[in-house]
Amino acid sequence: MITIQGKGVSTGVEVGPLYFYRRQKTEIKTYTVEDVEAEWLRFKGAQAIAIQQLEKLAEKTRAEVGEEEALLFETHQMMAEDLDYEESIEFIIKEEKMNAEEAVSRTSVIFAEMFASMDDSYMKERAADVKDVSQRILSILCGVVQGGIDSDVPVVVAADDLAPSETIQLDKSKILGFITAYGSGSSHTAILARTMGIPAIVGLGDSLKEEYEGREVIVDGGNGAVYVDPDEDTSVHMMKKREEQIKQRKLLEELKGKTSETKDGHAVKVYCNIGSPEDVHAVQVNDGEGIGLFRSEFLYLNSSTYPTEEEQFEAYKKVLSDMNGQRAIIRTCDIGADKQIDYFELPKEENPAMGLRALRISLTRMDFFKTQLRALFRASAYGKLGIMFPMVTSVWEVRDAKRLCETVKKELEAEGIPYSENVQIGIMIETPAAAVMSDRLAKEVDFFSCGTNDLTQYTLACDRQNNDLGRFYNPHHPAVLRLLKMVCDNAHANGIWVGICGELAADLELTETFLAIGVDELSVSPRAVLPLRSQIRSLTMENKEKIVESLLNDFAPYI
Amino acid sequence: MKKFDFTIQDEMGIHARPAGMLTKEAKNYQSTITMEKDGKSVNVLKLMAVMAMGIKCGETVTVTVEGEDEEVAAAAMEEFFKANF
Repeated sequence: MITIQGKGVSTGVEVGPLYFYRRQKTEIKTYTVEDVEAEWLRFKGAQAIAIQQLEKLAEKTRAEVGEEEALLFETHQMMAEDLDYEESIEFIIKEEKMNAEEAVSRTSVIFAEMFASMDDSYMKERAADVKDVSQRILSILCGVVQGGIDSDVPVVVAADDLAPSETIQLDKSKILGFITAYGSGSSHTAILARTMGIPAIVGLGDSLKEEYEGREVIVDGGNGAVYVDPDEDTSVHMMKKREEQIKQRKLLEELKGKTSETKDGHAVKVYCNIGSPEDVHAVQVNDGEGIGLFRSEFLYLNSSTYPTEEEQFEAYKKVLSDMNGQRAIIRTCDIGADKQIDYFELPKEENPAMGLRALRISLTRMDFFKTQLRALFRASAYGKLGIMFPMVTSVWEVRDAKRLCETVKKELEAEGIPYSENVQIGIMIETPAAAVMSDRLAKEVDFFSCGTNDLTQYTLACDRQNNDLGRFYNPHHPAVLRLLKMVCDNAHANGIWVGICGELAADLELTETFLAIGVDELSVSPRAVLPLRSQIRSLTMENKEKIVESLLNDFAPYI
Repeated sequence: MKKFDFTIQDEMGIHARPAGMLTKEAKNYQSTITMEKDGKSVNVLKLMAVMAMGIKCGETVTVTVEGEDEEVAAAAMEEFFKANF
């Protein structure tokens, strides 16, 4: 048995033969033609077929995935019959007497470059569409049939990566799951897999080898593992897991749209942690009630220089408008420590976890911080925004950050740019200092969100990245839980709400404790929403007093 | 010849989908319909050229309609811009 590991982006366990999706190479021959009219008609024929194919794809997508994705193919269709595009091809065929393939591929390059050179990130991406459309026409011209699954039985589809047009064309009844060498959780394959309710694993890299073709594999979309030629034990274990998951999924489907409240009616909000605007889809599919933590770092990590105000504004606006009025809390840039970015040119630190990171960087580089705040406030006009500052230790830091917010608002007002007056300002409680000072900090902000990963690391003096610490790193440690209780009490005494957005929020063993100490919101990864809701709905608040008592006094269960 | 100015209200500007809708709509008329911004003018039947203008929210374009059915076409275009952009 060989086990390879990737990133699970759609849960589920399936077993079946592995099948490699193959792209046929279209070899472009370049030659001159005599009968230019005939060559032009050859192009027109291929163009007509391409348009027909795209029409069908749009219909199929509308039925299987949704309107938004279907529109992509309608745009492709219009590109295929665009007048300038056609004119360029006509010129190359009729005036330069070149063959249709050459004309299409040259025209494709010209138009792709035109889009790629635009200063608008949305328009830049359209270059890929031009190429995709042109490739379709070229395949038709060369008589190459793309894709398809040549198998009688359902298979696990493997590929380096799949374009949306490729994924949607596949015969769904033949697909057990997707595994790809590249791609991400926000790729179309992942979205489609989640819509279809089948497992998908991306980012397997080189360990996804062609020689596995046809061999039996078990894929576990939950943990991202692929077992090639599974042994008896693994098979038995995974089949059990498969049955449990199917049961679980059914149960959870029933919970969609239900409230997250205990049997005795104590409600708590279940929000989601996400890392890119595309993840909003996952929030909605899993019935998240809002976004408790949107990590803005992706904007900085996916860029080779500081992202502009405009780029940031577009991303934030997308998240806020996609959330349809549900709250979205965006955390300002949290780099440093384990997240390094070259162009920030941060000095090398002996101990970056305790170094210049997160809000500390923002407050020492006010121009870059201001750009982010301007983008955030501009986006606030499009939804229900909360802004959250990471790594706070002192009251003055919060005051400085808030002062900059006020400056930004005044500027926008003077420029006549709309923003919302109802933006909530909050801070992460992830240092012991912030927890201890939470009575004072609560007077400065609208909410707290406890980052339990860092709070545990700093409280227990245990490096998160160090795997050898074993039982010394205990996230259930009473010191952490006592701090959380203190934070909740101080928040409520000052009339603000408090959430948890660290990994601990999804820890079902602690749900009852969190409710007992008065946590108002739990923010978890989208896939953890329904399991958490299920847990909340199974609890009562009967033992509240007892739990708080044991936390403060004997805390025996927590040691 | 009929002419009107229009300031784009749609926050996305004229991106791919609305540009496609415009092209489709323009096909219903015989008149030549052009759109001008900063001295650059394109026939709205040319989808990719319209997209390449990169027209953003808040920018003003001049729409010119010329042809036999220009009365009807210009009125319809103005309606269309109001409803979609």
